[in-house]
Amino acid sequence: MGYKQKTIILTLIAILLTLLYIFYDLTGNIGYILPRRIIKVVAILLTGAAIGFATTIFMTITNNRILTPSVLGLDSLYLLIQTAIIFVVGANSLVMMNSHVNYLVSIGGMVVFSLLLYRLLFSSEQNNIYFLLLVGMILGTFFSSITSFMQVLIDPNEFMVAQDRMFASVNNVNTDLVYISVVLFVLLLVYMMRYYKYLDVLALGKDNAVNLGVPYGRVVKHLLVIVAVFISMATALVGPMTFLGLLVVNLAYEFLKTFRHFYILIGSMLISIIALIGGQFIVEEVFTFKTTISVIINFIGGIYFIYLLLKENKSW
Amino acid sequence: MVDIKNVFKSFNQKKVIEDVSLTIEKGKITSFIGPNGAGKSTLISMVSRLIAKDNGDISIDGKDIMQTKSNELAKKISILKQSNSINLKLTVRELVSFGRFPYSQGKLNDYDWEKVDEAIDYMELRDMQDKFLDQLSGGQRQRAHIAMVIAQDTEYILLDEPLNNLDMRHSVQIMKTLRNLVDELGKTVLIVIHDINFASCYSDNIVALKDGKVVKQGRACDVIDKCVLKDIYDMDIDIKDIDNKRICVYF
Repeated sequence: MGYKQKTIILTLIAILLTLLYIFYDLTGNIGYILPRRIIKVVAILLTGAAIGFATTIFMTITNNRILTPSVLGLDSLYLLIQTAIIFVVGANSLVMMNSHVNYLVSIGGMVVFSLLLYRLLFSSEQNNIYFLLLVGMILGTFFSSITSFMQVLIDPNEFMVAQDRMFASVNNVNTDLVYISVVLFVLLLVYMMRYYKYLDVLALGKDNAVNLGVPYGRVVKHLLVIVAVFISMATALVGPMTFLGLLVVNLAYEFLKTFRHFYILIGSMLISIIALIGGQFIVEEVFTFKTTISVIINFIGGIYFIYLLLKENKSW
Repeated sequence: MVDIKNVFKSFNQKKVIEDVSLTIEKGKITSFIGPNGAGKSTLISMVSRLIAKDNGDISIDGKDIMQTKSNELAKKISILKQSNSINLKLTVRELVSFGRFPYSQGKLNDYDWEKVDEAIDYMELRDMQDKFLDQLSGGQRQRAHIAMVIAQDTEYILLDEPLNNLDMRHSVQIMKTLRNLVDELGKTVLIVIHDINFASCYSDNIVALKDGKVVKQGRACDVIDKCVLKDIYDMDIDIKDIDNKRICVYF
């Protein structure tokens, strides 16, 4: 079975699960339940696609299969920026009250950080992946510690007001942001079009990419900005999910067995959507909300992460 | 013609290349020899814009490499580095087809595939073209990479230690291929090479580097000389003339 057929199968599974999630046990006030379920599904679809997309691009430009934007602490950073905004301007300010303004300001912060990250990751002539991993782990922990430190200092009432809006989860999707996120997602895909052809070549490594005429610095910088916006979007909609990206992109590579980014991008988006919607369905119907999907995904993803580290270690 | 003028490069304050000026003739094989850490690879990487120089000018056929668009340069000059660890599931044919990227931007036409086939045949990879890279031996993988560079079809071809991991038969095969590229197709080849006998037998010109400086440059027969080699390697090397080739005996 070729990767094209496998992509079609993934698409069918994703559509089937989505329909199952929307229409399963649809009783009671349909006019109330259905729109709510649909908007939740759209948010989950967007998140899954954004994480799959961002992680694939990130792994390609850093040439590794372990490091993801989340492992590097990009989603903790998003939460830090959100907390810092409340900390500085307060929960009742204009920025906090208008969730769209807040969203865009936070994305701006993420873009600035991704440019700093570019300097850190690509300025030195050789990169050591374990060094980067260590930096990422430290940054991630640092960001979340600072975040909780600020949260402790904020007035508890103010914090309560803001928390609801800020920290989404799959059970509590940030629905205000769904429409603007759809627009943003489409814009990013259009913006991405110009760089898409470079991805296969970038996967060959920096030297080969430069040799083959890729304007390396510019392309990588723009791709990192795209990654940062995708991650902000996913984190804003359903909150951080550290190991989802790692899991889905590696599964896409293992399952599709191709290097072509066109299929890997689609594959990792679909697997990510399947994992989120399928997982959420199980959480709601089997576990009846006794656990959350983040816990399940981080559990499975964490084990897989350790497995990958051990495997890489052996091959070196 | 590659023109290198007063080029400097240092890594963390350590000077790797100091005031190197060179002119590399078109349509010739030029070998770069010298002890480890002499700056050979750094120099050739700077010529191919893989690493930036600190100071000086490098131009190819009169055009400064920093002023030229990367994609235009990719049609003029290609480089193969010594360490090539690609961790992708890629077949030989797919790897070679990447050599056409500067022309096709990923959408290969019939002419591109023709060039890919030519390159595969040139390196005798036909019967393993559908194997994955990780199923190949080091030497086979090296040949696949060279085939990619040949498919790129550039006037200038830069190779950083192309004979690494290769046995004698394949080393000779590659050097003969390079010779043919120069003699038949009029390419210009620059190689970094450790085996001075290969340099002596197959190259037209040799540049000898030591401690980031050019010690000697000139025709191969002039550089392969007892005094010059003593200067470069701090070793007494006997030179014998065998069948009109200068062979160094350094064992």
